[in-house]
Amino acid sequence: MRIATTIKLGVVVLAMGFLAACSSTKEEKPQVSGPTTSTVQPGSQEDLKVNVGDTVYFDFDSHAIRADAQATLQKQAAWLQKYPQVRLVVEGHCDERGTREYNLALGDRRAYAVKEFLVSLGVDANRLTTKSYGKERPVCSESDEACWAQNRRGYSLVVGGAGS
Amino acid sequence: MTKAKRSVMLGRFLFAVAMAFAAAIPARAELKITLDQGVTEPIPIAVIDFLGAGPQQQTAAQIATVVRGDLERSGLFRPLDPRSFIEKISTFEALPRFGDWRTIQAQALVTGQASLLPDGKLKVDFRLWDIFAEQQMVGLSFSTTAENWRRLGHLIADAIYERLTGEKGYFDTRIVFIAESGPKTKRRYRLAIMDQDGANPSFLTGGDYIVLSPRFSPTQQAITYMSYEKPVPSVFVFDLQTGQREVIGQYSGMTFAPRFTPDGNHVVFSYSRDNNIDVYVEDLRSRRPTRLTADPGIDTSPSFSPDGTRIVFNSDRGGSPQLYVMNANGSNQQRISFGQGRYTTPVWSPRGDLIAFTKQFGATFAIGVMRPDGSGERILTQSFSDEGPTWSPNGRVILFTRTTPGHRGAGGVSSIWSIDLTGHNERRVITPGEASDPAWSPLNR
Repeated sequence: MRIATTIKLGVVVLAMGFLAACSSTKEEKPQVSGPTTSTVQPGSQEDLKVNVGDTVYFDFDSHAIRADAQATLQKQAAWLQKYPQVRLVVEGHCDERGTREYNLALGDRRAYAVKEFLVSLGVDANRLTTKSYGKERPVCSESDEACWAQNRRGYSLVVGGAGS
Repeated sequence: MTKAKRSVMLGRFLFAVAMAFAAAIPARAELKITLDQGVTEPIPIAVIDFLGAGPQQQTAAQIATVVRGDLERSGLFRPLDPRSFIEKISTFEALPRFGDWRTIQAQALVTGQASLLPDGKLKVDFRLWDIFAEQQMVGLSFSTTAENWRRLGHLIADAIYERLTGEKGYFDTRIVFIAESGPKTKRRYRLAIMDQDGANPSFLTGGDYIVLSPRFSPTQQAITYMSYEKPVPSVFVFDLQTGQREVIGQYSGMTFAPRFTPDGNHVVFSYSRDNNIDVYVEDLRSRRPTRLTADPGIDTSPSFSPDGTRIVFNSDRGGSPQLYVMNANGSNQQRISFGQGRYTTPVWSPRGDLIAFTKQFGATFAIGVMRPDGSGERILTQSFSDEGPTWSPNGRVILFTRTTPGHRGAGGVSSIWSIDLTGHNERRVITPGEASDPAWSPLNR
């Protein structure tokens, strides 16, 4: 709630800043100071990424939701309650240590695992679709465990709502 | 790969012995290649620049180059340098001077000529000679439209291969694959097709969306593949005659890992429905799907036996990905892989006797084969990443994807490689840029 308020205020400030630039003679007093998330549009992908976390990670050949992922997904669920117009495509991704077809299946399972966890926290299943990319869309292209750990992920893509 | 078994030489060596034992061995046994053994001793073969009058001369010589290339890549033959030839053959009808060819160690000789038919088609006559037996082994003619001249070379190479090994050749074939470009994080994927030797490459999709796992129909007229063209990634069929593509069936979730059935009337694939991935088969005529597996685990990568009675597939129902075989109707599902490691991408050999697979153990990926009952496992290749085998139509050669490790910010490089069933003759296949997911066509005829 508090984050949302701040963001909304931030947007107001931005708008005023824009006006100020247009008519430089006008003097306005800033009404807020503080958090620097002000450029982030509430309910957007950026909002989810910066203020909540849009990615959760998995262990090798596993679709189990880890403890760190549970914390992120609890925040995602709360965020989704706040922006009821937002829908998510949950993308399932894998590292390169599996064959292409098996990884399509594993990525699908990871996406479903994220979806089911969010649903268990009260998110309407109709707001969530899943999509597996297997190992075809890594974020990191080096062949080591640090990189593979980043690639084994569930990514929540915001569709609908303010951000799209 | 191949024991280039020179029965001829053996025959000569044993001649005196044979005489002593009342000629139990034929004195002039034919040149023959035995494919089952793993000794690498390619047969020295001389292929002359084929003869041709006027404008056909250059094409004739290029056809001979295609023949040499096919024979050399098979690992069974060592084409000799034409500059080493003593006899300069200038007429197709004359008998070769066998002594001249023996002098340069040739065991076989291929002569040929190209000519234009009245209807504008290109015709090639060729002869295969056994140098030691001093006999013609094959004499054939092929003709085709002039722009298809490379096919004539492949048909000749197939005829030579078939005559000397007793098995069908695989040179007059094509490969469908995924052409890849760009960084790993924003990879561009295009459906591509080319001749078996890398010639005549063309792209069937533009690269705006991900395409994966193409496979030929038994008639070679269609390709089934998986595509991200629509919001839900789905199995498509691409008609090579019309250039049209369409999604198969109405599925709410992802469909992937498609393959045609041996009769060409169905596609078998995986379907993700309600968080469960099972094997389905769709009748392309009635558009009716049938579910074949119902296990809560991942069931994927189905591949039919060539007689259409059984399916090998990949499942993690036992805790890790392993290979299973079931009847075509889904009954009698049995695990067949029990070795150390993870087994995926099983593909039934066109001969029916073996199943090729990807095996992951430790830090490596390997391509291997086993019998359909799981016995006789043999590893053929091994690297940081080898995956996705596909069989030559005669079941003697396997293509697969090899990817090098990525390092220092750069992703690994993917390319197509070939390996003989004997485990010998590993080599890279020429492709336009990076490539993956090869699928070998059936024979053209």
